[in-house]
Amino acid sequence: MTLQITQTLDARGLSCPMPIVKTAQAIKTIPSGGLIEVLATDPGSVKDFAAWSRTTGNELVEQTTDGGVFRFVLRRK
Amino acid sequence: MTTPTLERPITPVADPIATAVADVDGWPEAASETVAEAPAKTKELVIVDWSGDLDKIWPVLILSSTAAASGVRCRVFVTFWGLLPFVKDEKRIVGENWMQKMLTLMQRPGIDHLKLSKMNFLGMGPWMMGTLRKQYNVASPRELLEAATALGVEFIPCQMTMDMFGLKREDLIDEMGEPAGAATAIEIMTEADASLFI
Repeated sequence: MTLQITQTLDARGLSCPMPIVKTAQAIKTIPSGGLIEVLATDPGSVKDFAAWSRTTGNELVEQTTDGGVFRFVLRRK
Repeated sequence: MTTPTLERPITPVADPIATAVADVDGWPEAASETVAEAPAKTKELVIVDWSGDLDKIWPVLILSSTAAASGVRCRVFVTFWGLLPFVKDEKRIVGENWMQKMLTLMQRPGIDHLKLSKMNFLGMGPWMMGTLRKQYNVASPRELLEAATALGVEFIPCQMTMDMFGLKREDLIDEMGEPAGAATAIEIMTEADASLFI
C-alpha cells in the first residue's frame, strides 16, 4: 500500500532540535489526518521522532532508513 | 421443577462488609450516568533562565523551542545574567548610572555576544564553539530564539533585575512578555509539570 504523502520536509544535515522544530511548524500546514514525510540525517532523530509522536499524539506511521538517511512518515492528529 | 427466586446477585461477593451493608440497605444500583472524561490538560514546562552564558542559554533555547514544538506550553522566567542576551541588537551600553553601564561595558549584551562559562579564553572559546557549530550544522542561539518565539515560547523578564541593571522594557527584544516578579515565578513553577533552573 502506498501512502498518500501531503508534504515532504527535507531536514537532512540539520542537528537537534531543528528537525523536530521544523516538523512541528510544517505539520500545522497540512490538514488533520494528512501525512507528512520527513527526511533527516541526525541519528538522534530516530528516538526523538518516536518521543515527539508520543508527546504530541501525531502518529508515526512509518520509519525507514536508507544509507544514513532516516525517513519518517507522520499523520497529523 | 421451579426455579428459586434470586434474592441477591449471582456473582459471589468476597467483601464481607459489602455483604453486611447490602443486607441492611440493599444492593446498590448500577450508576445511571457515565462520568464525562475531562479533557487532557496541556503539559507545561517552566525554565528559570538565570545564566547569560552561551553554554547555558543554548540548552534553555533548545529545550524551550522543543517543548513548544511538542505541544507543551513553555514559559521562561528570565532573571539576572539571563537578561543580557535578550537586550536588543542595536543597544550597546545600557543602564542609568556608571555602575550599571559598567555591567554592559564588561559584558556586551545581545544574543550574538555570549561568553562560555568555562574555557572562554578571551573569546577564543566562543569562537571555536561557533566554528564547530557551523561545521556540524547546529542552530545558533539566534536561530533557536527566533524558532522559540515563533512557536509561542513565553519569555518573562524579571522586574527586579531590570531595575537593578537599569534595563528598560524598550531595551529588551519586543518578543518578551510583561515583566514580573518572584511570586509569578513560583506560581508558574508550582503549576507546571516540570521546572528547571539553568
